[in-house]
Amino acid sequence: MSRRIRVLLAKLGLDAHTIGVNVIAQALRDAGMEVIYSGLKQTPEMVARTAIQEDVDVVGMSSLSNAHMVHFPKVVALLREQAADDKLVIGGGVIPEEDQQTLLDAGIARVFTMGTPTREIIAYIERWAADRANAGDARAERARE
Amino acid sequence: MSEIAKRVLDGCAVSGGRLIRWLEDGDSRGLAALRVVYPRTGHAHLIGITGPPGAGKSTLVDAVIAELRTRDHRVGVVAVDPSSPFSGGAVLGDRVRMQRHATDDGVFIRSMATRGRLGGLARATFEATVVLDAMGYDVILIETVGVGQDELEIAELAQTTVVVSVPGLGDDIQAIKAGILEVGDVFVLNKADRPGADDAERHLRMMLHLRRAAEGAWLPPLIRTVAPRGEGVEDLVEACLSHHAHLRESGRLDAVAARRSEHFFREILRDRAADEILRAAASTDRFAGLLEDVRSRRIDPYSASDALLAAFEPRFEDADGERGASS
Repeated sequence: MSRRIRVLLAKLGLDAHTIGVNVIAQALRDAGMEVIYSGLKQTPEMVARTAIQEDVDVVGMSSLSNAHMVHFPKVVALLREQAADDKLVIGGGVIPEEDQQTLLDAGIARVFTMGTPTREIIAYIERWAADRANAGDARAERARE
Repeated sequence: MSEIAKRVLDGCAVSGGRLIRWLEDGDSRGLAALRVVYPRTGHAHLIGITGPPGAGKSTLVDAVIAELRTRDHRVGVVAVDPSSPFSGGAVLGDRVRMQRHATDDGVFIRSMATRGRLGGLARATFEATVVLDAMGYDVILIETVGVGQDELEIAELAQTTVVVSVPGLGDDIQAIKAGILEVGDVFVLNKADRPGADDAERHLRMMLHLRRAAEGAWLPPLIRTVAPRGEGVEDLVEACLSHHAHLRESGRLDAVAARRSEHFFREILRDRAADEILRAAASTDRFAGLLEDVRSRRIDPYSASDALLAAFEPRFEDADGERGASS
């Protein structure tokens, strides 16, 4: 058995556009990841609980209806509250340039805006997972010494 | 006691989610915690929900969760979807239908990809049910992948197996060859508001009637449901709980549990033994040579296996001096 990258894809806010999230879900699947899709109109509480129950490595949130400034940071805060913040939290959708720094400051690791090629997202997640695995190996190494 | 095991037994969601992950990934930390929690499990009522793709299993599970919650049960769910045979990845979408339970503390839902396992369950479905049981969920629903005709391992795992059918499946032949009639404890005709529902019901009843039933045996009920409206769901839950009570009262509950334990012990042993033998074999020159011969069709795979296994002698140390391997 081996480790697979698990990703939660959630749509926050009130929009009902699913094409983008479907494209990303399929691209991540084709890259060998397990994608949990939880549906539309998710609240931050739903996203955080789902991320914990599914123990995903990555939480990918999408917002096309201006829900990002409140909802994205709230998810990060809820995960921290439960000591479940060892996850990579990323966001995407329609995010104005001037909002991005605020989101990064709030603990969103990266914001992918409309039109980002899926291979860029995949490469970013894979690099993060590889870095974490290396850090974990180094920790285990130290523990053995 | 390991810290994570203790927290799992306290019902901590973060720890439960993590332990399932470790067991699914084959992480040795998971096995250490499993050792601690396992003796404290075995109390939950496991209900399997199986049926063909598109039968409405997820929506039905959603409705069943709601009904169980009105009766104050704490409900764990394991929802299985297939892994892609090409990439090994998966899109797990069963939760979409169960969203309204996402913030209910009495419900824990876990999606799982099959990861190459056949039979309708995922590699670590059994392990996940153990963890949910340890966390104090007293009813655990297991939604299988959409099954065809012989992917029925769910019957080994669950005490109560619910077989979901829908109108218009070309029932006559399908129901007979599926073998699915033998494993069902409760039958559901979902989407019962659709055309053809009466025909499908008549047919299913006839097939169930032809099942041989011993004296005092459980007679599987057939329940019509329309899951999105919750119609028939109360009856369905009632039937599942009655089946569990029947197992208990007839003294069969222990036998069912014992059979499950034996099944998964054998499965796990077989997997691990095969892994170990393959790993050991793969490092030998003999394996490399035989593999080359198989690839070029100079030798058939059976003869190649024989040649390899001739050099392999399994032995158990506590076998009282006898060969521990199969006779």
